[in-house]
Amino acid sequence: MLENILINGLIHGGVYALLAVGFSLIFGVARIVNIAHTAFYMVAAYLIYTFATRLGFHLLLAIPLTIVIVPLIGILIYQLTIKPIQEHHVTVLIVTIAVAMVFQEVMLLLFGGHFRGNPSLFTGYLEISGVRVSYQHLLTLVVVFVVLLITWWILLKTRLGIAIRATAQDREVANLMGMNVSRVAMITMGIAVTMAAVAGVLVAPLSVVEPYMWLHPLIMMLAIVVLGGLGSIKGSLAGAFILGFAETLVVFLIPLGAFLKGAFSLTIMLVVLLIRPEGLFGVVFEEER
Amino acid sequence: MAALFSFRQIRLFVQKEIFVLPSRTIAFFFCLALLLLPLMTKDPYLLRIIIFSSIFAIFAASWDLLSGFTGQMNFGHALFFGVAAYTSALLNLHFGFPPWLTIPLGALTAVIAGLVVGIPCLRLRGPYLALATLAFPIILMGIIFTIPDITGGELGVSGIKPLASSRIGTYYVCVILMLSLGLLMWKIGDSKIGIIFHAIREDEVAVRASGINTTRYKLLAFSLSGFFAGIAGGLYTHFIRIAGPSTLEVSLSFQAIIWAIFGGVVTIYGPIAGVFILYPLMEFLRILPEIRTLLFGLTVVIILLFMPEGLTTWVRDKMEEECPRCKVRNVAWRKTCRVCTAPLE
Repeated sequence: MLENILINGLIHGGVYALLAVGFSLIFGVARIVNIAHTAFYMVAAYLIYTFATRLGFHLLLAIPLTIVIVPLIGILIYQLTIKPIQEHHVTVLIVTIAVAMVFQEVMLLLFGGHFRGNPSLFTGYLEISGVRVSYQHLLTLVVVFVVLLITWWILLKTRLGIAIRATAQDREVANLMGMNVSRVAMITMGIAVTMAAVAGVLVAPLSVVEPYMWLHPLIMMLAIVVLGGLGSIKGSLAGAFILGFAETLVVFLIPLGAFLKGAFSLTIMLVVLLIRPEGLFGVVFEEER
Repeated sequence: MAALFSFRQIRLFVQKEIFVLPSRTIAFFFCLALLLLPLMTKDPYLLRIIIFSSIFAIFAASWDLLSGFTGQMNFGHALFFGVAAYTSALLNLHFGFPPWLTIPLGALTAVIAGLVVGIPCLRLRGPYLALATLAFPIILMGIIFTIPDITGGELGVSGIKPLASSRIGTYYVCVILMLSLGLLMWKIGDSKIGIIFHAIREDEVAVRASGINTTRYKLLAFSLSGFFAGIAGGLYTHFIRIAGPSTLEVSLSFQAIIWAIFGGVVTIYGPIAGVFILYPLMEFLRILPEIRTLLFGLTVVIILLFMPEGLTTWVRDKMEEECPRCKVRNVAWRKTCRVCTAPLE
């Protein structure tokens, strides 16, 4: 029981962390509330399914292909639908909702509403002091950790990362300092969607792949970034693991808990917001005018 | 003689005040067509589509009154709809109250829900507020699923009395309510309160600096919006005679935002037009059931790429322009302003 909660909590938290950090990045840099973010996660899961099950590619080929294709789709969507109307924030929001709907419907058309399973890269399990942990779970945890580490390194140590953080802090001044703000936004979109794609690839063998699989993570992701403080990477990480564990606890400990898991996580978010309106790690800005 | 005089007055009013601007002419013929439609066709399917459009038009316009006017983005607008729907349904089922009583009571419950959401959430701003409001209907839905004895769980509450005994009666109840509530919301938007709402959206700090208690006005916006959305929820539940968890779904909240922004926000008539275009379109696309949502999504994306401020705003700006001197709207092809004769460029 306890070990199940621990493993599931870590995995949910890790996947949510990948999604939430990406969402936070693109929100910070371009002020886009990208509802379609988890739709890319769904697209990645479906691509893995297509490559591995339909076309019979080896997973070691299917996974890199997916992780390359999905960000390209993401950048294309950004250039075609979001960039032309970027200054109308509310309209961007609706367009991303519509884009997510379009993705969902395309998947429904191509694959139907069936629940699809995916093969795992590794089978078997490891026994750590009497607790069985499957290799797939371990792999997921390792990959989450590595991807988050790489993102952290890019953001803190590279010129690109400095440009991204500078743009997030002040778009106009970053532009005046000679950074190509719209290209930074495009690259950030690419990074964010890559993280969503990794999350999708990781989740595909662990749960079912279906056209509506983006909805629950979307709600959780939004709750996480608000809980942690919008635009704060540290906050998104903390929020992801808090809500990942909260969700797992509710499912394991409360009868009928599966109905309540969303409600419980969102209640936590609301309580935190009421005590700290800017989220756990959010920065109190001067009121934007 | 008096009757003749008033007839002449009406004719003059129509000529001078309505036909003078294309947007007013369109609105006039739209109302006329809605009111006269049952005389021409009794097709229950068509009437049903328009009844649904009217109900959702009230809903979308109430979102505009809150989020469009004051800029307080509400992502959980379905909360008001759902609370009112469940309240009306339970009052009708357990106490046998008639619809004309349950709908206002449901709307009042929605106002209370608006205050419950509004009082804690008004400390949040911008995207925080939007995402926090998203949480409320989902939390309520979780509660509804865990107490199925009262709420019927996934199946909802059924066995509710219909709005009126005939389809045409229902049609008139919904359409007349939609037109009058739409007018009322539009008038609120034009009143002093509406001007303060506009100002809060544009610059809240400046409004506060002018000695206006913005929190009180934002709460007022939440309550007003909740009331109108609640009426829509009550009408809906009495029309389909079931109150289910679908009235609280995230997709319904998003639907309201899509309708409102597609039509053009901060106008009230924009969301109404948005519903009356998109809802029948969605029904018409039933002939292509597999790709209907896909086409819907694509339509929204493409229209908004060309008209980012919404359809009605775009059309209005094409047909009319504002006089630079007296700010009265004029037909685009006039050379001089119709009120102050200032030249229009």
